[in-house]
Amino acid sequence: MNKNYMVSLIAVIVLFLIAYVGAAQGTGLQMVFGIIFPYLAILLFIVGFVRKVMGWARSPVPFQITTTCGQQKSMPWIKQAKIDNPSCTGGVVARMALEIFCLRSLFRNTRMKLKSGPHLTYQLEIFLWVAALAFHYAFFAVVVRHLRFFTEPIPCFVTLIENLDSFMRAEVIYDAIQVGVPGIYMSGLILLAAVTYLFLRRIFLPQVRYISQAADYFPLFLIMGIALSGIFMRYFSKVDVVSIKELIMGLVTFQPTIPEGISALFFAHLFLVCVLLMYFPNSKLMHFGGIFLSPTRNMAGNTREVRHVNPWNYPVKVHTYEEYEDDFRDKMIEAGLPVTKMPEEQA
Amino acid sequence: MADELITPDELLSKIDHRPSGTGWMDTPVEIRKGMYCYAANPKSVETLGLPNAHAWNPVDEDWKLPENWQQIISEGFRERLGKFRSFKVFMDICVRCGACADKCHFFIGTGDPKNMPVLRAELLRSVYRNDFTKVGKILGRLAGARPMTIDVLKEWWYYLFQCTECRRCSVFCPYGIDTAEITIMGRELLNLLGLNIDWIATPVSNCYKTGNHLGIQPHAFKDMLDFFVDDIEEITGVQVQPAYMEKNADILFITPSGDVFADPGTYTCMGYLILFHYLREKYGLKVTWSTYASEGGNFGFFTSHETMKRLNSKMYAEAKRLGVKWILGGECGHMWRVITQYMDTMNGPADFLEEPVNPITGTKFENAKSTKMVHIAEFTADLIKHGKLDLDPSRNDNKILTFHDSCNPSRGMGMLDEPRYVLQNVARNFYEMPANTIREQTFCCGSGSGLNAGENMELRMAGGFPRANAVKYVHEKFGVNMVACVCAIDRAALPASMSYWVPEVEVTGLHELVANALILPGEKERETDLRGEPLPGMEE
Repeated sequence: MNKNYMVSLIAVIVLFLIAYVGAAQGTGLQMVFGIIFPYLAILLFIVGFVRKVMGWARSPVPFQITTTCGQQKSMPWIKQAKIDNPSCTGGVVARMALEIFCLRSLFRNTRMKLKSGPHLTYQLEIFLWVAALAFHYAFFAVVVRHLRFFTEPIPCFVTLIENLDSFMRAEVIYDAIQVGVPGIYMSGLILLAAVTYLFLRRIFLPQVRYISQAADYFPLFLIMGIALSGIFMRYFSKVDVVSIKELIMGLVTFQPTIPEGISALFFAHLFLVCVLLMYFPNSKLMHFGGIFLSPTRNMAGNTREVRHVNPWNYPVKVHTYEEYEDDFRDKMIEAGLPVTKMPEEQA
Repeated sequence: MADELITPDELLSKIDHRPSGTGWMDTPVEIRKGMYCYAANPKSVETLGLPNAHAWNPVDEDWKLPENWQQIISEGFRERLGKFRSFKVFMDICVRCGACADKCHFFIGTGDPKNMPVLRAELLRSVYRNDFTKVGKILGRLAGARPMTIDVLKEWWYYLFQCTECRRCSVFCPYGIDTAEITIMGRELLNLLGLNIDWIATPVSNCYKTGNHLGIQPHAFKDMLDFFVDDIEEITGVQVQPAYMEKNADILFITPSGDVFADPGTYTCMGYLILFHYLREKYGLKVTWSTYASEGGNFGFFTSHETMKRLNSKMYAEAKRLGVKWILGGECGHMWRVITQYMDTMNGPADFLEEPVNPITGTKFENAKSTKMVHIAEFTADLIKHGKLDLDPSRNDNKILTFHDSCNPSRGMGMLDEPRYVLQNVARNFYEMPANTIREQTFCCGSGSGLNAGENMELRMAGGFPRANAVKYVHEKFGVNMVACVCAIDRAALPASMSYWVPEVEVTGLHELVANALILPGEKERETDLRGEPLPGMEE
């Protein structure tokens, strides 16, 4: 029905199948998906990310265009909104921290409705904020959990996150059938639920559907695919975790190897992650880097107090007072306005 | 024009906030009467030596563009990406979450999906991807890229002049993407091809030559102020004497010329004259006007950064020439964004001025110590706080007021409580509009950024709808009969929007109310306010 999401969905399915079918063909292609692509993906991610951020940073910030979202610093008896309209570095840091860790601006979100009367209403619309927050924190927890495969010994913060993440252990409820089954990680399920919500709102909210492009659906499907394959490996199919860790430690220590007995599903999971990494720097996912450089948020609202310097400020042609007086001198004198030069005949 | 305007009910019946049908890239632009402004007069474009001045008509097929126009746009685009980090970052990081979609007064009032801020920006982003990103070059439409064509250019023009650069969307954007910034860049690019609108180009030309947007020549400027002097004498019995280009005055005062020219801004202008007279008589404060720097507003801001700088230069130049201590600025919207966020950077440092101190109260305006320009609402609030003004707020008792925050003083400055403090000390009936429509979330009057023309009245009324609807709410709930504001464009635009949506409500500037309440030394018993309307208790 909708070309934009069908294209993206098919692309993700095809990518999955390429790796899934390919890895089942034997060691040769497993090397491609297990060694070559991971290295390539990391390389492209780092180079792409750095180049993009450096590219932004190369462009100067000629003007201090802070969006002031509260009372300015004024006279001492007027209470300033020190975070929403910061006038010093501390305030800016607090504002940025709230934006980055709490998605503060999105928290303001309202939904407008036009009712009869006519009467416009604006209701708090918190679901996008909740889903976005859930998505990012769940993603973060999942990434941290996966560090278990990249480290030996496993750092304590990874174990800590794992314990927090799985505190609702399923075996408490289904004790008898839990033998050998790991605890449920909330992060994976929350990630999948949040991604699904973000996808569904793109489908069902007319305004969001209208603005959505293939580039908006693709990363959602990709992350869905990663989460689903991960969940499937963990809870349903038997993957050889020891061999997988051996493969990954091989990559980390630059002694790559393809151990026996790793299922094709793992290679498909890994390949989708690689695609995400390679896609990242060339996509809207770079908002992760961009938020730090957004001039409306990362600068203070103190432009009248501290002069901001524009590195490329250049002189411009202006209409000077002298030229102006030359144009209007007689009229000015007649009207009794002061002039600096008298007309020549009087001089 | 007004007689052809559709009725509010007709306008409302056209709004559908659920876009459907063909995708936006496949929906060609239709330049519709009532929604666009006339093309710039080539003579006005020539005054400043801006490129490609030519006569053209937006509804014509042929816009008479230079042959290499695509190259001009593409090179201009590249140049601006290199000069403005804001532009570059905002081209890359939007995730199209849609939080901005229903925050724009033009989208609320028209339902046109390309008035969603995200799509307004996508109009440029699509070309950016095509010309400047690898993914866009390879994947084309799949990556949201499209080549620059004449239809795209027309779409840019139509929708970039349906944005008032109010920045409401940027408050809600999780990355702070500022559509005003994108509109500013887009309009700069259009100006490279001579595609400005006349309502901007001609004021810019006037301002450059005569010192103000309206093209009021120095002697006429004085004449107009003299009219106010006569009116003030009739109402108060006191003859005020404005000073013009007085060397070594304490303060240079600059305000938008709109207030000199048209009601109800004129009453605000009379308010300034009365306040300054009071301060001169009572405290010996010397405030001077200038006919050379007789414009606070800056339509150059709606043309290009360079044009903004050229017009703005007069403020510091005149302050320096006259040898004043610092500059006081009148009530205006975008003027204060230019002063707050651009002036010092462009035309400073103002090391020839003193750090502003109110000589009457001793207050140091720390927040303006580099730019050295103080807003009159800050100045008056300080005077009132220190009990330096003799006020009779009961003279405003027949006015039931609400306060409209202007976009730029709110979101480009953060001046929210100062005008409220002044208002509540000079008047006694004050009610706030709903929280989602004031302060940093305030709605534009619908006519900012140079769109205050006559020929685009339908657009203006549609854009003014959210603001007017909030006024209607307090009008019905509290009997509000007057909207106070600190913006000359508001004073010019809101009366039309009020008479269209809430006919019982009038518009006033803050200092009109101040002057109504201010008791001048030696004044007669006033019978009317500055408008000649009877004061409360004087109706018979």
